[in-house]
Order: sequence, then C-alpha cells, then structure tokens
Amino acid sequence: MAKVVVVTSGKGGVGKTTSSAALGAALAQRNEKTVVVDFDVGLRNLDLVMGAERRVVYDLVNVIQGDAKLTQAVIRDKRLDTLYLLPASQTRDKDSLTPEGVERVMNELKEQFDWIICDSPAGIERGATLAMRHADVAVVVTNPEVSSVRDSDRIIGLLDAKTEKAERGERMEKHLLLTRYDPARAERGDMLKVDDVLEILSIPLLGIVPESMDVLKASNIGAPVTLADSRSAPALAYLDAARRLAGETVPMTIPGEKRGIFGKIFGRRAA
Amino acid sequence: MSIFSLFRKQTSAPVARERLQVLLAHERASVGQSDLVAILREEILAVIAKHVEIDDERVSVKMERGEHVTTLEVDIEIPVTVTIRAA
Repeated sequence: MAKVVVVTSGKGGVGKTTSSAALGAALAQRNEKTVVVDFDVGLRNLDLVMGAERRVVYDLVNVIQGDAKLTQAVIRDKRLDTLYLLPASQTRDKDSLTPEGVERVMNELKEQFDWIICDSPAGIERGATLAMRHADVAVVVTNPEVSSVRDSDRIIGLLDAKTEKAERGERMEKHLLLTRYDPARAERGDMLKVDDVLEILSIPLLGIVPESMDVLKASNIGAPVTLADSRSAPALAYLDAARRLAGETVPMTIPGEKRGIFGKIFGRRAA
Repeated sequence: MSIFSLFRKQTSAPVARERLQVLLAHERASVGQSDLVAILREEILAVIAKHVEIDDERVSVKMERGEHVTTLEVDIEIPVTVTIRAA
C-alpha cells in the first residue's frame, strides 16, 4: 500500500527540497516505485534539484485543473526507473491548489506508487497545509539553529491538528531529520547538539545529515545527493534515513570527525 | 554571571537551548488561543479609562516571560491635575 510522506519544516532554506529529492531517490534505489511531488506552487525547484527542469511539460496545477492527465505530468527520472517527479507550477500562485483537487491527485498517485513524497513549501499557509494534509508520515527537516527549531515546533503543532490523520483522531507519525549538522561546532558548544534538538522537539530521530559541500555539488549537477555520489557523507545519511523510513532498524551514526577517514574507507568497502 | 564563567569559555549553544525551551513552552500553550497579553492590556486600559483620562503616550506595557511565570507590567502615568470622570 502506498505511503504518503510529507517533507516539511516551516522555515525556508533548511533543506526540504534537497531532502525530498535525496529520500525519494534513496527509496527508489530500494526498487520501490516513488514519486516526489513539488507543492511549492509559484517557486518550483524540485525539478531543478532533480535535473528534470528541461523536461517539464505539465505540472500539478494542470492536473488539478483538468488540463492534463496525471500520466502526462509525471516525469520519470533518467537514471532510475523507479523514480518519478510531479513538478509544481511556475506561473500560478498557491491559491490554484484546491483541497478537492489535491485529494483527487493524491488518491490517483496512491494507486500507482509505493511512496509519495510531498515536498512542502516554506511557511504555514495553503501550500504547506495541503502538502501535509494527506500524509501518513511527516519528516520534519530542522537545522540546529534557533529559528529553524522554533518553526519546526510550530509545524509539529500543525501536523497534529490540520492533517486528515489528526482529524480522524489518529496519531501522526513524525520524524526529525537534522540537516546541516556540524559535529565539530556542536562539540565546541557553538551549535545545538542532536540531543538538544531532540529534547526540545521530542519527536524521534530519522537521521543526521552533516553540513557538506557534496549537497551543493549535487544540486549543481541536478542529481539527488544519493545519486550524485552514493558514498558521500550526506548520501550515506540519507540512505540510512530512507531505510529507517521503510521500517528497518539502522544504528544511528553521527557523521563527522570520529568516522572520518575510517568511515569513508569502510563506506567504500561496503558499497 | 558566576565565578565559574570566568574560567570557562563562553559557548552559545546552551544559551540557544535555554531560550528555545522557555519560548516554546509559552508558544505551545498559547498557539490557537488569541493573544492573552493583548486582551489583558486592552481591558485593563479600558477599566482605567472609565475613571481617568489616559494619554496613550504615557502608557507603557512590558512583558517578561520567564520559565515558570509571565509578568505583565502596565505602567500608566496619571497627571496630578487629573480630571476624574464621573462614573
């Protein structure tokens, strides 16, 4: 049965799109049919991060308004047969998303895919609330920084109130994905530690993605981090996070100095 | 500042952690409700304005959110030549 995952954060620029692409690709690499849906209507970027910007013909709004069929709008990744993308509209605004339209598209996607990853826009308005509306699981992307943690707390509140699952009286499954983490700075006491953020937000940890040049490199070439270099530190973090999302028990490693060269060598051998 | 802080390098993460804990404790309690402080301020001022003419410029409202209690401080200047309004 299809699982709907919303990747959300409240605050902008913390890595929602990067994480959506990386987790989507990581799940698809497990041979599970995955579609990543861009809900950032007006400011689409998932197409660019996934390297499909020149192949966009139709988008989510076209499908909602009946101008295109879902099969016409969904773009299959050139590297992975199991990875698909449903882009957002560039020209419309977020009001073109209607609750009924989104529900219809989600139901149709659920029939065809194992995983539906909803890349939420920043903020707490319509785009963000519709992206989380049909989710079974939420991935809350947070940076170890005060404004990001505060906004994540707000989003957690919305996930527990404004989603279908919450309205049915069920518990929304929420996971923390800590991104742009710098273990050295945290150790020096200049950055919130993993445990600090976990204690404040009190939701289970899905993964720790280290601050890394590899993330920028991947978006430069238009490849999800896990596909650009599957042995880079952030890729390993996302691959592990995807396994946890799929229900596997994977020991949590804090990527950084301690693993360092040793971890890299080990990572290469294992791959 | 304690004597220990002289010997310890000041780090910012614990400060961030504490600020967040205090802030979020308040925000979690207040989200969804209307702004209690704003309502209190309006109503307190209305009650006083019933009896005394208040100059908006001479009213200061301060709030301090602590870990366990919030204090609301309403400071209203009432001039000596005040005109007591007939009730």
